[in-house]
Formats: sequence, C-alpha cells, structure tokens
Amino acid sequence: MGKRTVTRADLSEAVYQEVGLSRNESTELVESILSEISSSLVSGENVKISSFGSFLVRHKGGRIGRNPKTGEEVPIEPRRVLVFRPSQVMKERIATSLKGRA
Amino acid sequence: MIKSELIGKLVEANPHLYQRDVERIVSTVFEEISSALSRGDRVELRGFGAFSVKKRPARIGRNPRTGETVQVEEKHVPYFKTGKDLRERLNAD
Repeated sequence: MGKRTVTRADLSEAVYQEVGLSRNESTELVESILSEISSSLVSGENVKISSFGSFLVRHKGGRIGRNPKTGEEVPIEPRRVLVFRPSQVMKERIATSLKGRA
Repeated sequence: MIKSELIGKLVEANPHLYQRDVERIVSTVFEEISSALSRGDRVELRGFGAFSVKKRPARIGRNPRTGETVQVEEKHVPYFKTGKDLRERLNAD
C-alpha cells in the first residue's frame, strides 16, 4: 500500500477497462486530455476541474536571486508559473484516507 | 476552461466517439489520479507534472480572530509540481 508511482500507462489502462476503446485509442485520449489542459494554460487561461482542482497561471515579477552556495547574485527574470489548487473535495478525501499514516 | 469545455474540445477532435464516452474517459482519468493520491501514491505524468501527497506535521495554531491557541493535527495534503516541458512552454517567448 502506498508509494507506488502511477503513470500515463496506468491512466490509459483505466480508460481501456472503463470505456472499452482500444488500448491505442485510450492512450491517445489520455494524451489529448493533458495536451488540451497544457494548451489552455500556455495561452494564459486557467483550468478548473470540478471536484478535482484548479490549475492557475500566476505571473511572478523579476527579482535578484542569490546562489546559496557561492553567494553570487543572479537576476531572476519575470516569469509565469503554474500552481495547482486542489478542490475541497480532494483535500478532504486525501486527509481522511491517509489520516494517521506515516 | 472548465471540465465541460475540456470535454467539448475532445468531442470535437474525436467525432467518432459519443459525448457520454468522452465524459466517462475524462472522469476516469481524474478519478484515477485522485484515488492514487488517496492511497498515498504518486502520479507522474512526464512533461506535464507530478502529483504527490505531502505530510504536514502537527502544530500549534492560533485562531486569528480570537488569538486563542488550537492544536492542529498532522495532515496529508495534495501537491503538484509542474513538469519541465510545461514550465518551459509557459515561458517560451
């Protein structure tokens, strides 16, 4: 229990079992879902999946960073970052099912 | 974009599939991710990102309104780290 890593192959297998498309087509659909979400985010549009969570694009301003090892100052350019905000439903589900686990 | 719009785009790109099948496919994918996380598993989707669960230790919290201290129990929270490809695509210009 726990600490397994789920990959695209597992998601495709689940789609294959659930819907009965071919394995190839299941794999393609999983890929299409990820690529539609990515394109939307790259175009600057947030993605909200109810009862799962939201992927939000945030703009970060430039700042002067520092290499912690050498102490050298390095400029950090303004950039866009992606944050995932899990839904309340997902947070509760995880907190409940893993309660008391190491 | 919300879930129904994602489904709409997939239906458009896959005219040979029924909308109800596309709905089931999308739900299955998100359900697999959620259930993996609730087992404590990690979900790694190369290029897109990785979902994992982090453990937040127990702490003494404070009610910001009353100033009263409260014991907050240890808890598990979902976490997402953006994949390298997607991170680069967000800043490709």
